[in-house]
Amino acid sequence: MQVEKKIEEDLKKVGINLENDQPTYLQVDYSPIIQFSNIKGIEILNTKDALKKYSWLKKYLWKAINKEKDEYTKYSSKHEFNGYFIRIRKNVKVDVPIQACLYLNTNKLIQNVHNIIIAEEGSSVNILTGCTISSHKAGTHIGISEFFLMKNSKVNFTMIHAWSEGTEVRPRTGAILKENSIFTSNYILLTPTKILQTAPKTINEENSKSYLKSLLLGLKNSNIDVGGESILNGKNSSSLIESRIVAKENAKVISRGRIVANSENAKGHIECKGLLLSNKAEIQAIPELQTKNKKSELTHEASIGKIKEEELWYLMSRGLSEEEAINLITSGFLNPEFMDLPFSVKIQVEKYLKEKFTM
Amino acid sequence: MEILRIENLSVSIDGKPILKNINLSLKEGEIHAIFGPNGSGKSTLLFTIMGMPNYRVIKGKIIFKGKNILKHSINERAKMGIFLAFQNPPAIKGVKVKDLFKIIGNEESVNEFLNRDFLNREINVGFSGGERKKLEVAQIFSFKPKLLLLDEIDSGLDIESLEYIGERISNFIEKEKITAIVVTHQGNILKFIKPRIAHVMMNGKIVCSGEPKKILETIKKFGYERCEKCK
Repeated sequence: MQVEKKIEEDLKKVGINLENDQPTYLQVDYSPIIQFSNIKGIEILNTKDALKKYSWLKKYLWKAINKEKDEYTKYSSKHEFNGYFIRIRKNVKVDVPIQACLYLNTNKLIQNVHNIIIAEEGSSVNILTGCTISSHKAGTHIGISEFFLMKNSKVNFTMIHAWSEGTEVRPRTGAILKENSIFTSNYILLTPTKILQTAPKTINEENSKSYLKSLLLGLKNSNIDVGGESILNGKNSSSLIESRIVAKENAKVISRGRIVANSENAKGHIECKGLLLSNKAEIQAIPELQTKNKKSELTHEASIGKIKEEELWYLMSRGLSEEEAINLITSGFLNPEFMDLPFSVKIQVEKYLKEKFTM
Repeated sequence: MEILRIENLSVSIDGKPILKNINLSLKEGEIHAIFGPNGSGKSTLLFTIMGMPNYRVIKGKIIFKGKNILKHSINERAKMGIFLAFQNPPAIKGVKVKDLFKIIGNEESVNEFLNRDFLNREINVGFSGGERKKLEVAQIFSFKPKLLLLDEIDSGLDIESLEYIGERISNFIEKEKITAIVVTHQGNILKFIKPRIAHVMMNGKIVCSGEPKKILETIKKFGYERCEKCK
């Protein structure tokens, strides 16, 4: 199907390039426009059709997320939805990222998305999701994403969001991590958004690892509430929840982290680093650690502050204006290196950041 | 031709007077040394010439190439050709050395003082004292200043590094006909750089000016008290 040039351009802003020859899903409002995979063992389909095709899939719906969790999950479970179904077959290992994009095109629409990702035993995959909205429009995006990582599987999931000042965004992500699986969730938000609230939750079984990382740039009147939660049920399971936040103008950003250790040798760490660039902006770190096992180890660390004047003046004494110096330090602070992005994804993210902070 | 003239300059930091009535005149290509005990205002003078906003000029003028530059921002002064080599340059996380050289110019000089691996490191993060100094010096070579302000470039360097750096800066200053103010506590750098004149600063004032070698000898023999009497 032909994709409008405008949509194609908008998607580049969230790191998605439709010219790339790689597995891709594109949904505009509720319509799947592209659902394509050229890799054997990787299936991409819209959730609605997938549920018709596979009767067993029903039991995965609302399995990793409690549908009674809040008003948005309740809303989502009672209304029409669509989204992507991605299935990676047993032992299939692919580096090239699968692209998935959800595009909000109709003004004031409530886009209700439900995604299901199943990584079968021993599989390994990178997924890059870009969600954005047609310029200057308003709307609501409710995105339910449920991940199922079977034994020894590995999913690296990167989500880049670019919304508008009138958008409300409520992603709800849940992941069940079976034995020895590794789940990485990278969340990147670099545009003003009216309200954004998300906290992926993982249930970790034995030896599984989760990395929940977010990179947030709070701009204008954005209200951002992002975090991660891990329930370490299995022996030797671990979780790292890490965020880098820059708040400018009037942005309010909350960074949450919650780790519950229910098992022996469970390890968890929450880390938040924030940079405040305006006196009207606000960053709040809320780490929560709970342990029910004395052989577990949970820690947290937070630092929030302003740019040091001496760093600014040093760069200015080399010829940068104050604004250029702030941009350089900010883009350095937002360096996505801490996220362990797959190489191809990293290039797209860095390119995006570079455009955002042109020097 | 005169390139820098400082007239009756008084400066305070957080309301506390630091510099009092400083007068100084540098001809193009001329090198001046400034000696003085810790806290006498040597670094303050350099920071004020560079234009650091927390160094408030209470009165006086700084005239560079015939123009009073007090109203100009740090980066405007940098663009005029003023370069300050910091005594304690800050570590800047997330900003790489190569980003710094994108601002200044050619990055080749990094090779001469450190090595290419440093280009991908964050500015001064995890650098030793000597490495920080070498990065400052590498920047001088790339920047090619008209007016060079050297703040204790010789502190914290081992003899070998001092020799390596000293010889190169000295040759470079001569070759490029750079005007320089060299602030030094120990005077070690003056084995290489030969100023025309030296000034002694005490309590924010220039108390004595004269032949650099003589003044340094006096300080070493009798301490700064003798300089105050300027004999």
